[in-house]
Amino acid sequence: MTRKTVLVLGAKSDIGIALAHRFAKEGYDVQLAARNSNRLKEDCFDINIRYGINATFYEFDALDLNSHENFILSLKKTPDIAIYAIGALGNQKEDEKNIKQSIEIIRTNFEGLVSIFGIFANYFKKRGSGTLIGISSVAGDRGRGSNYIYGSAKAGVSTFLSGLRNSLNPFGIHVITVKPGFVKTKMTSHLKLPKKLTTNPKIVANSIYYAYKSRKNIVYIKPIWKYIMQFIKVIPESFFKKMKL
Amino acid sequence: MSSKNHNIRKPELISGWGLYPRFSARKEKPTSINELKSLLLTETLIARGNGRSYGDSAINKVKTIDMRNFNRFLYFDKKTGLLIVESGILLKDIIEILLPKGWFPPVTPGTKYVTIGGMVAADVHGKNHYKYGTFGKYIEWIEIINHQGKIIKCSRDENTELFFWTIGGMGLTGIILNVAFFLKPVTTAWIKQRKLIANNIEQTFKLFESNKDFTYLVAWIDCYSKGKSLGRSVLLLGEHAKKNELEYSYKKAPFKTHKKKKIKIPIFFPKFVLSNLSVKIFNSLNFLFSKITKKNKIVDWDTFFYPLDKILNWNKIYGSRGFAQFQCVFPLSKSKEAIIELLCLISKSKSSSFLAVLKRFGNHENYFSFPREGYSLALDFPINNENLSLMNSLDKITIKYGGRFYLAKDSRMKKEIFEKSDLRIKKFRAFRENELDKHFKSCQSDRLKI
Ligand SMILES: Cc1cc2nc3c(=O)[nH]c(=O)nc-3n(C[C@H](O)[C@H](O)[C@H](O)COP(=O)(O)OP(=O)(O)OC[C@H]3O[C@@H](n4cnc5c(N)ncnc54)[C@H](O)[C@@H]3O)c2cc1C
Ligand SMILES: NC(=O)c1ccc[n+]([C@@H]2O[C@H](COP(=O)([O-])OP(=O)(O)OC[C@H]3O[C@@H](n4cnc5c(N)ncnc54)[C@H](OP(=O)(O)O)[C@@H]3O)[C@@H](O)[C@H]2O)c1
Repeated sequence: MTRKTVLVLGAKSDIGIALAHRFAKEGYDVQLAARNSNRLKEDCFDINIRYGINATFYEFDALDLNSHENFILSLKKTPDIAIYAIGALGNQKEDEKNIKQSIEIIRTNFEGLVSIFGIFANYFKKRGSGTLIGISSVAGDRGRGSNYIYGSAKAGVSTFLSGLRNSLNPFGIHVITVKPGFVKTKMTSHLKLPKKLTTNPKIVANSIYYAYKSRKNIVYIKPIWKYIMQFIKVIPESFFKKMKL
Repeated sequence: MSSKNHNIRKPELISGWGLYPRFSARKEKPTSINELKSLLLTETLIARGNGRSYGDSAINKVKTIDMRNFNRFLYFDKKTGLLIVESGILLKDIIEILLPKGWFPPVTPGTKYVTIGGMVAADVHGKNHYKYGTFGKYIEWIEIINHQGKIIKCSRDENTELFFWTIGGMGLTGIILNVAFFLKPVTTAWIKQRKLIANNIEQTFKLFESNKDFTYLVAWIDCYSKGKSLGRSVLLLGEHAKKNELEYSYKKAPFKTHKKKKIKIPIFFPKFVLSNLSVKIFNSLNFLFSKITKKNKIVDWDTFFYPLDKILNWNKIYGSRGFAQFQCVFPLSKSKEAIIELLCLISKSKSSSFLAVLKRFGNHENYFSFPREGYSLALDFPINNENLSLMNSLDKITIKYGGRFYLAKDSRMKKEIFEKSDLRIKKFRAFRENELDKHFKSCQSDRLKI
């Protein structure tokens, strides 16, 4: 039996590298992709020695849309699973002043995923198999004053993935939307996160692996986030707009 | 964008494994070489591994750099056993990944929760020092980052002085980044263990000398026995088991052992648990129990090498004040006399020592490493005033017999004692002078003026 291959886009992210280890541990070959991918060379050695699978690395810039088609052609093998673990949180207050930065947040989180998953969807459809996993966020479930640029990008991601799942279902292609809640990573290292609501990249990777095995559609890593967001979503907008969130 | 706030980190309380002394220090945990380089500028600093040294050797109040994010395998040669790793990888990970492929560390300390960086910096020894020497012997090269952020490769052929001072140099020669060293081939994950009982110190030494050709050899001494039975002990001998020595069911999968559940101690043990009497009872029971258990058996690697690792945070049993370890080594010709004097003093005192471990070292020596040919004794003492003054007396006895102390275990020694015990310090100071000593400092090196 040939081994399945998983591609991690954003393999330098804390969640991305944890995912690569998690799948490699189960015997999947891994393809690591990131911008400035030099560091990934060592990760490939590491993963290869630890799990005895093939690990390769590639340069990938989410913002460089013109390169995406060629990127896929450059892969040693078209992967069975592609995961988008790229993201940028930005800084709401600063980004409000500098609209160019706001746009870059939208592009990194949303446009990049639309582009690369769009191309993969076409490949997978032709082949008749494949899984696409996008890391969205609970921040996309409702726009809040403190975080709506990132939030709206993730809302776009969630809606895009939901539609993609619907449209690819007849072709046997599966799409997973992940909504992690707070995770202790580089992205959040400057924030004080409430312990009870926060998880770590290993746990996220583990949940995603099991979500893949059991063909889940939408995954909240910590169930409590599902209830929090359900509550936040039902607050009438006339109230919501006055709240400080 | 990805706003990297480099605001100054708040100090936190850190200590070594002995939980004594504790310092308020700033700890950084870089994730990339560039981040590490940016941390090297200006102030003094020290590298830290997994904090398994007992005292203050991996603490710098201004900047303690936790290296555990540098934890990748970089290369492994299945033919020769040459392994290259980043320094922050745990020995546990190396064993778990490579033992099933037939490789084992040539030298291992009594816990697998150490980093390779820490193993190099302390030039650790195992129960096989007599035959195998220290970890340093198996190192091919080391890559060190200096205070200017320059990466320097050193080995027996290039930058040799840096190489030999780094092995056993307690982090005081720079930050170890990558290490290339040889593993040794084994054919199973099992150890043939033999237990011998010695009823007094004479027998203990006799049994040591007559069995020193065993690969692994160590003795646990009952510190409370006095008079005729002073120094009674249980000796543990070990050899790597060969495949045909295993029981049938294990032969098929000679590297498969069962993962054991780890016990975690929830709180600091209350004082009475380790009151002197309970320790005495424990020690005697331990001795008696050893007497009746099987003399020869085959045990898995984890049980043989790392019995203490079964309880994840056993350092808490000594109470919130923490504990100290006293470990010294004597020249062969003076060993017996010196150890008898130490044991006499300990058995007379009201102190309770939980563990007393005796090892025989061979004649492998390095620039600044602890081991030398002779016998080494290691004891744990809960921190209290009596024990602190007892250890001061033990220091003096050690000096009297020409012994020296293990820096990886030390948390309290005075500079004068250290200087008397180890004349090599002069050369090390000269090597560090005007450069390394301005940048790489630990609370220990400040205390001992290294
Ligand atoms: C239960 C137990 C049993 C033990 N048994 C033994 C034994 O049998 N034999 C033995 O020799 N030792 C033994 N030790 C001691 C232990 O092996 C050493 O203290 C070892 O150095 C701990 O490694 P660490 O990664 O925890 O390092 P730390 O304790 O974090 O640091 C120890 C020293 O290494 C330096 N260091 C760590 N990483 C780096 C780096 N990347 N670059 C430069 N310097 C660095 C630090 O500056 C410090 O001086 C034992 C310890 C315990 C807790
Ligand atoms: N941490 C959380 O609390 C949390 C919560 C919910 C969702 N998420 C999502 O989880 C995913 C992983 O994030 P993380 O928490 O692991 O944070 P992270 O470590 O900061 O990862 C973000 C990664 O995105 C990469 N990236 C940014 N722009 C890129 C571009 N143009 N091209 C290629 N790569 C680019 C970054 O690469 P560089 O290293 O090159 O900058 C970085 O590796 C993201 O989608 C994030 O939004 C995180």
